[in-house]
Amino acid sequence: MTQNTQYNNDLLKRLFKRMLYIRSVEETIAERYHELEMRCPVHLSIGQEAIATGVCEALGNNSYVLSGHRCHAHYLAKGGSLKAMIAELYGKVSGCSRGNGGSMHLVDLQAGFLGAAPIVGSTIPIAVGAAFGSVMQNKDNIAAVFFGDGATEEGVFHESLNFAALKKLPIIFVCENNFYSVYSPLSVRQPPGRPITQLVQGHGIESYAGNGNDVIEVYDLTSLAVNKVRQGSGPIFLEFKTYRWLEHCGPNNDNTLGYRSESEFEKWRQLCPVNMLQNKLLAEGVMRFEEIDAVKKEITVEIHEAFQFAKTSLFPEQKNLLEGVFAL
Amino acid sequence: MIDVKLAADVQHMKIARELKFFQAINEAIDLKMSTDPSVFIMGLGVPDPKGVFGTTLGLQDKHGSSRVMDMPTSENAMTGVAIGSALVGMRPIMVHQRLDFALLALEQIVNQAANWYYMYGGQSKVPLVIRLIVGRGWGQGPQHSQSLHSWFAHIPGLKVVMPATPYDAKGLLISSIEDNNPVVFVEHRWLHGISGPVPDGLYNTPIGQPRLIKEGKDITIIGMSYMTLEAIRAAQILADMGIEAEIIDVRTLKPLDDALILQSVNKTRRVMVADTGWASAGFSAEILARLFESGLGDLKHPPRRITSPDCPSPSSPGLARYYYPRAEHLVLEASRMFGLKDVLIDDGVLPFQLDIPDLSFTGPF
Repeated sequence: MTQNTQYNNDLLKRLFKRMLYIRSVEETIAERYHELEMRCPVHLSIGQEAIATGVCEALGNNSYVLSGHRCHAHYLAKGGSLKAMIAELYGKVSGCSRGNGGSMHLVDLQAGFLGAAPIVGSTIPIAVGAAFGSVMQNKDNIAAVFFGDGATEEGVFHESLNFAALKKLPIIFVCENNFYSVYSPLSVRQPPGRPITQLVQGHGIESYAGNGNDVIEVYDLTSLAVNKVRQGSGPIFLEFKTYRWLEHCGPNNDNTLGYRSESEFEKWRQLCPVNMLQNKLLAEGVMRFEEIDAVKKEITVEIHEAFQFAKTSLFPEQKNLLEGVFAL
Repeated sequence: MIDVKLAADVQHMKIARELKFFQAINEAIDLKMSTDPSVFIMGLGVPDPKGVFGTTLGLQDKHGSSRVMDMPTSENAMTGVAIGSALVGMRPIMVHQRLDFALLALEQIVNQAANWYYMYGGQSKVPLVIRLIVGRGWGQGPQHSQSLHSWFAHIPGLKVVMPATPYDAKGLLISSIEDNNPVVFVEHRWLHGISGPVPDGLYNTPIGQPRLIKEGKDITIIGMSYMTLEAIRAAQILADMGIEAEIIDVRTLKPLDDALILQSVNKTRRVMVADTGWASAGFSAEILARLFESGLGDLKHPPRRITSPDCPSPSSPGLARYYYPRAEHLVLEASRMFGLKDVLIDDGVLPFQLDIPDLSFTGPF
């Protein structure tokens, strides 16, 4: 799929660096979570970095992104400020939502990341509305929204698909199917033998499924979708299968609970999106070990600075409590 | 003591033109759509031949089908669509022909629209008007006539307005469309047909200010929406009995500047709140709580709440006559406060005379 052209090498490096960056941020959050200074729930994206990275790379500028509770990777992949995100997790006034939102309400309007909300499926119609509003104003923005397999069971998901199809809106629906809604497997939630893409096709929306741990496949499928959407195809639905490595909420591995097997986890760990691309880049000579080490060092420094910024920032004060309930 | 400016703005203004309440709403939308290209309206039946009780008639012909639009029967998602469009620069108006239908959209209204501005530290505005129509009469029954305005007034981040006159319907709707927050705009179905003076052009009724409808020294009756009209009629009957009632129309449930109410009760020391909804945890309780918290508990008589009884809204005219409080009920309770003999409540010979709006209630108001 990849040729050793300069463009493709730059792209591959970019994808790799971005995934590694997200992985490292999430690992650092997990490491430091026990310090009890990030006093909000965290839904970590470890294992799922390829989807955020590939989709946001393909989306490019003039695009809006919205997400759900597991939003760190999407925010970072879209170019959200790391310092503002970490400060938000620390509840600081320098956070991206001034400490009012926390981990589940990241926002970076400059980067086009319009917001995230943990009510399953809730940001799907809002993303459709962002696409609709852009069309009404003759802007050339497109929208994308990330959600999990559980969201496809919500009524608002189907309502949103129906309207997006009706108005042929420029939106890409990105379903990260990690097979579990908290501890509940797909088998207790959706009928066997009926793919999610088929459900969506029933709404008259073009749908594709892909390997969510292969960032190049994610990028290619999304690029295809972006081209179609920008040419007026109407909405496109992408389902990427992937796997969450850690517990639903929190920094730990929870396989001992028994809701999923160690062997299943191990199978997916072998399909680590970061390692797979790293091996490919090394094998094809796109990057060398030293270069990767240098990238890792850069990322470590950036993350360290972000945590320092967060820790040394101030908490909001009592006078801030009643500020900003209503917009002027 | 009492600021009579608000009472004066209608009564002393020489306004030759009268409009019906539904026409005042239609005109407010039309004017805002004409002056602001980001305003659009959507709702089930908006462009249909009935035009949401006349409130949207003619708008699609004038402003086009992309800005005056029907929508799928998807109240929740379409509220999200409105929010999303607002985030990128539009000013949507949503309308539900019954408040009860909007309960399907509570997730988007409460979790999302109300929270978005605060939740993101003041970066993301949601200028959104949600028009909700409260039904009544003709057997509307339990799911077409719930007056749940108090629910919305409980939520930080939502503004809630509830006009009673055509003048305020237009002025408050213009203010709501211009507001940078989600505003729940509650219309009582029995108000659509009343008439009153309405100035041409754009003007604002400020969100947050109650209106002094009528001065009086003996008792303060605080009404909201349709019950304000019942209060006005009750005051006329009470006047014949020698009781001078002061009438205040709440107009805005949230945010509410209650100074006018407190001043009035401080003067009359008798108070009654007439609410279109139920008493339990309702807005009438909020008003009384504010009075007591402000130290105005030293009343000449315990306060009264005039609301529907604590049961779902029955469909049969045989029961609806006992479900909806009317001016007569306000008069009865008021006369008891003054130790007068109970007045007789005339429920009419036939109950179905009470399940359509009183013909004497068409205004002008």
